[in-house]
Amino acid sequence: MQGNYACAEGALAAGCDFFGGYPITPSTEVAEQMALRLPKLKRTFIQMEDEIASISAVIGASWTGARAMTATSGPGFSLMMENLGYAVMTETPLVVVNIQRGGPSTGQPTMSAQGDMMQCRYGSHGDYSIIALTPSTVQEMFDLTVKAFNLADRFRCPVFLMSDETIGHMREKITIPDSVEIIPRKPLKEGMLPFEPEEDGVPGFPEFGKGYRTHVTGLTHNMKGYPDATDCEVHANLVKRLNDKIESKKEEIADFDLVNTSAEIVFVTYGPATRTVRQLMKDRDDILIGHLNMRMVWPFPSHALAEFTSAKVFIVPEMNLGQIAGEVKKNTNVPVLPVPKIGGEMHTTGDLTDAMEEFL
Amino acid sequence: MSSEVNDWLRQDRLPHIYCTGCGNGTVINCTLSAVTQMGWQIDDTVFISGIGCSSRAAGYVSTDSLHTTHGRALAFATGVKMAKPELNVVVFTGDGDLSAIGGNHFIHACRRNIDMTVICINNMIYGMTGGQGSPCTPEGKISTTTPYGAHEPAFDLAELAAAAGANYSARWTAYHVKQLTDAIKTGLEKPGFSFIESMTQCPTSYGRRNKLRTASDMLEFMRTNALLLSKKRRMEERGEKIPADRFTVGEFVNRNKPAMGVPER
Repeated sequence: MQGNYACAEGALAAGCDFFGGYPITPSTEVAEQMALRLPKLKRTFIQMEDEIASISAVIGASWTGARAMTATSGPGFSLMMENLGYAVMTETPLVVVNIQRGGPSTGQPTMSAQGDMMQCRYGSHGDYSIIALTPSTVQEMFDLTVKAFNLADRFRCPVFLMSDETIGHMREKITIPDSVEIIPRKPLKEGMLPFEPEEDGVPGFPEFGKGYRTHVTGLTHNMKGYPDATDCEVHANLVKRLNDKIESKKEEIADFDLVNTSAEIVFVTYGPATRTVRQLMKDRDDILIGHLNMRMVWPFPSHALAEFTSAKVFIVPEMNLGQIAGEVKKNTNVPVLPVPKIGGEMHTTGDLTDAMEEFL
Repeated sequence: MSSEVNDWLRQDRLPHIYCTGCGNGTVINCTLSAVTQMGWQIDDTVFISGIGCSSRAAGYVSTDSLHTTHGRALAFATGVKMAKPELNVVVFTGDGDLSAIGGNHFIHACRRNIDMTVICINNMIYGMTGGQGSPCTPEGKISTTTPYGAHEPAFDLAELAAAAGANYSARWTAYHVKQLTDAIKTGLEKPGFSFIESMTQCPTSYGRRNKLRTASDMLEFMRTNALLLSKKRRMEERGEKIPADRFTVGEFVNRNKPAMGVPER
């Protein structure tokens, strides 16, 4: 199955009720598959007039209790930034799939890249935190899409599946289980205000049409949901909570593989480069190579780096000019070697051999 | 204001933020009167809005309400309605919100003929930000960004909605309270996309710069210059010149094309 189809199947398995999207290469197969499958399940597919409208419709659908998603690529992702901020501020659960292609601008529509990793974390204005998952196999396109819905509902925030053209258009065998674990959104508890956090920092969800009579606004709001845009303390408390509800759980929700934690040379990867490192480890079984493979890049699993107690270098191959390598540097005293590769093709084992040469 | 209409207002959010003489309250009252005449339930109804003075209205209504981003209200509303058609969806928007930044969403919502009622409070100006020109500022009129007079032609939103495919489109003013309320009620009853534009006074940001300093000046202007659509058409047939400052009111379209998002009853 193709990666993009596996993503759509994962969404359907997770109970996705609503897909709003706009065609864009190389993500279009996700929308096409949803257009084919959703109506037969009596769920909603709608092609919107642009990506701004797509994410808006997804947010609207989510407030009716729907598990809602969209899929796009760089140029569309840029258009979504406005209302991704709205989703963060209003604590709206939703899933955004970004099948990354080469940018800036129209760039390379049919080629692969990971150039939007910082955009998904910081692209909308203001301070906030989000969750981003990074598949490196077609199976993970399915599994992590399911996971994305569960995380979105648990944390009431946008969750990103940050894939790329390589994995999106890759064909591999996958196993689709009869059913998947679904962790539903917790409803607003009686006696609590609609934006009053429970112990975990996340408010219960006051679904539209259920009598909660909630006001939802992108303005800074109090726990009742009413605008209160000039009280410094209300703003600070709200924005800190939006960050903390995710950042404080980063060790608990982190998703990564640790291989050969005693190695001196350690690769840190996500997405396609994970595959290259795995091949390199087979090809060069004469060297002890460490590997941190991240399936969740945001929140960044800084604690995973500390597991490599003998590391002399963290080598970070990625299909951009070193976006996550910078994040690794921020979180370790071990030297970090970025191995950027742009142009549209994934790293070869040769690229990685060259990179680790000086440390052998 | 009837007690029933009062139930539809969030009492704990009053007083509102509107300036003295603002016409938004009149349009909100007309809307809620129409809604209560329909017998709709508060818990089955969602009010949605964008950004601007008019869009603050949704926050004063006691239903579930979604105060969204600038221009995007109709796209959000499309998501709500398509995900849960049994909800009644009403949108408050303004001329800047709907026709400038939200213009594309507007024509596509009309094209889809999606089942919702949109009330556009057209005050011909960006009021919230202090009086900048909008696509509905009439030619020659003064705003802070058209200090020498607006030189671009203005949009006719009711004509636009009709041309783009809405099932219902009407324009009245904050002076024509009865006709406005009736038009909104017709819109609420109608399956498909209903568009009701209300020309509304903004003495603070518009009138003050255009020799209509008070609310009563502006209401008098609307009373005097509103030209019934049927009369305008007769005048055109007779080759009569339509005087400057006249604008049309009435029903621009009222039809029953197939619509999206209509609940199964």
